[in-house]
Amino acid sequence: MRTCLEVREITKSFPGVLANDHVNLTVREGEIHAILGENGAGKSTLVKIIYGLYKPDSGSIRLYDQELNFASPRQAIEAGIGMVHQHFMLIPALTVAENVVLGGEPGRIHYRRKENVEIVRQLAKQYHMELDPDAKVGDLTVGLQQRVEILKVFYRKAKLLILDEPTAMLTPQEVEELILVMERLRSQGVPIVFISHKLDEVQRISDRVTVMRAGKTVNTVETKSTTPQELANLMVGREVVLHVSKPPQKLGEPVLQLEDIVVSSGRNEKVKKVSFDVHRGEIFGLAGIDGNGQFELVEAITGLLPCKTGRIRLLGKDITSSSVQHRTNAGIAYIPQDRQLDGLVMDFELTENFVLRDFSKAPFARLGQMQVKPIEEYATRLSEDFDVRPRRIHAFAQNLSGGNQQKVILAREVSRNPELLIAAQPTRGLDVGAIQFIHNKLLELRSDGKAILLVSLELDEILALSDRIGVFYAGRLMGIFPSGQVTREQLGLLMTGVDLGSGGRL
Amino acid sequence: MNKIIKELVTPFVAIIIAILIGACVMILTGHNPLTAYGALFSGAFGSTVNLSNTMANAIPLILSGLGVAIAFKAGLFNIGAEGQYWIGSMAAVWIGYSVHGLPPILHISLAVLVSILAAGLWAGIIPGLAKALVGAHEVITTMMMSYIAIFLSHYMLENGPMMQPGFVPQSPVILPSAMLGKIVDRTQLSWGLVIALVVCVIVYWLLYKTTLGYRLRAVGLNSRAAKYAGINVSFNLVLALFISGMLAGLAGVVQMLGVQHRLYDSFSSGYGFTAIVVAILANNNPFGVILASIFFAALSTGGQSMQLVSGVPAHLTDVISGIIIFLIASKDVISLVQKRWRRRHSLAPVKEA
Repeated sequence: MRTCLEVREITKSFPGVLANDHVNLTVREGEIHAILGENGAGKSTLVKIIYGLYKPDSGSIRLYDQELNFASPRQAIEAGIGMVHQHFMLIPALTVAENVVLGGEPGRIHYRRKENVEIVRQLAKQYHMELDPDAKVGDLTVGLQQRVEILKVFYRKAKLLILDEPTAMLTPQEVEELILVMERLRSQGVPIVFISHKLDEVQRISDRVTVMRAGKTVNTVETKSTTPQELANLMVGREVVLHVSKPPQKLGEPVLQLEDIVVSSGRNEKVKKVSFDVHRGEIFGLAGIDGNGQFELVEAITGLLPCKTGRIRLLGKDITSSSVQHRTNAGIAYIPQDRQLDGLVMDFELTENFVLRDFSKAPFARLGQMQVKPIEEYATRLSEDFDVRPRRIHAFAQNLSGGNQQKVILAREVSRNPELLIAAQPTRGLDVGAIQFIHNKLLELRSDGKAILLVSLELDEILALSDRIGVFYAGRLMGIFPSGQVTREQLGLLMTGVDLGSGGRL
Repeated sequence: MNKIIKELVTPFVAIIIAILIGACVMILTGHNPLTAYGALFSGAFGSTVNLSNTMANAIPLILSGLGVAIAFKAGLFNIGAEGQYWIGSMAAVWIGYSVHGLPPILHISLAVLVSILAAGLWAGIIPGLAKALVGAHEVITTMMMSYIAIFLSHYMLENGPMMQPGFVPQSPVILPSAMLGKIVDRTQLSWGLVIALVVCVIVYWLLYKTTLGYRLRAVGLNSRAAKYAGINVSFNLVLALFISGMLAGLAGVVQMLGVQHRLYDSFSSGYGFTAIVVAILANNNPFGVILASIFFAALSTGGQSMQLVSGVPAHLTDVISGIIIFLIASKDVISLVQKRWRRRHSLAPVKEA
């Protein structure tokens, strides 16, 4: 097999960070090559260098026989490198065909629409991707939009395809379809580089894996000859416990009871008559694709959005129209999905962020005056208990990594000794180490007899932690299933609104 | 300590660049910048009288600057400090000449209390509630309320209820019991300076040591997180504008009771607008407001003597303050240029290779 891409000794530093440290990578013709690593390991920097978005400090890159030294992505595209970014760069108001040719339209001044549509139809056929060239991109699902991005790359005659976290936004079914597309491309000899921090999909899709850690390429291995455990250890640099062990537990009394909740946001009803209970000692997982109303439901429970109709009860007491403050005091803790937007004041010091929920209560405030000593002691204790780094309580929240920011929020919420913890996407964007930490904390709370409502877009997280799983679709609860009695695929179908019928319902 | 130095760098550099540009203008128009700036400096600080007048000029700037700064801290741009200053002035003068028979301490306290309440409500009720309830932008509403306040004063003085008998559009002089004493005789420097300094400490304490300040700052920095924390965002917006208005109003009171002793018909005191510049230069730090106020006060008192001695028009000082604002506002532009330059610099060796 010929070598397609060869990256040798690439080094790239940013002020204060060595993002790539003598990185080596060889991609052969016709293989799917995964780059695996935690957030901040340097994967994105590497592909951005290959794509001409960054200049390396030293090192060289070869594509087939050609030495590459890109000053811009345009040159990379001309040389035959195609990249699909994690966030698509499409224009929703234009059709598929128009998006594919954008920037390289057939015809000169006169744009030839028919020819354009025909070219795109042929292209889709050639790469076995079903797509209607005349469909508006805005109307397509995320999975189909991704295909448009891939076609765009091949329209520009790419010899190498780079996919940056391609599965991050997809449903399980869409992931399956993407894998099919990738396999077909491989059979046509197109080499693919894809970036991921998810072990299972790397294991499934790739032929070889290059693991990156702290800016270095740790190793390149044949996927078949390795195990997820081995990859995880390479990625983190120490022994990792992959599977959370969840001791069985008996359901306690209901802590949170929802009855026919309806929530509107803007002009639309986002939550339509939802009822369920969350009990002591259980993790209730709420699965669903983003934008189906699950986060509006959470905001209604926490008091950030008003309930149009329905009743919310906490430990039997009606809190439907209570203030946020009242609910907080009554024992609701909440980890918001966007930690920087909702959970923290980024320009506040950690001390101030640790008391965000209790700043006006003794011992943190007396007669309206903030009490520096107790706040500092509390902040120090929480930083130590939750291993927040750096251990500087007067650092600004914005200077912490995502994982440590999340630890600050978790510490603050959990230390209030709540009855109910609502965790919305608690591990979003975190690396394996931090995810493990947060999962363990959630399980600890569960064995302490707290009620936990976990809302996540990651099915794996839901499946790993939940005792019961509710699936949210278009503002409705599609069903509630005890974990272990529903498969990943069934959940995936329910999330897209397919009713499994009486036979599938449990 | 390091933090303080870091915060001082930007305003300091801005001031120096502005002074240098001012010097260039002087050279181009055939003046000697050294004599001109020398005259400006000695006019501002050169004698007890000059220093006193500079400090006297700084008092209303400190107070209204604190007002603008506290609104900024809560994420609000109170552009109408000028109007709140006028409301405070009107109320103070009215109490000052119409209430008889009070001992000085009571008379002054009453004037201060009524005036700052009036000015606070002026900022808090319409702009504050409009912002909190329907989201009307405070830049527009405070600005408009400012015009209304200024025209209200015209009405009051030009054949209106506050006009002194006669033909000059001005109010009667306030009673001696309402006047603030002087620190230095035969200058404008009154005990208002002490009020300004004490208020500055109070504002600092309020912002950084109390739960109220915590709320205001949280609302200003991240209103969503504030809401999540259980803080009533709307109420705190109204409150912030109310306090801001009170401080701007206090500037008017102190100026009336300490310096002018009566209200003159005029379009603008200038203090309310300079206060915005003061707050920006001070980066909303209460103690920075003192320094920035003294700086701008020195420019305006020293400017006169600069014109007398060296013939450079006093308006050049306006040019200098304009440049300072421009530089501070473009701080982000400067850092952007720096970043770009650094990046290009780091790429250069690769290209050669």
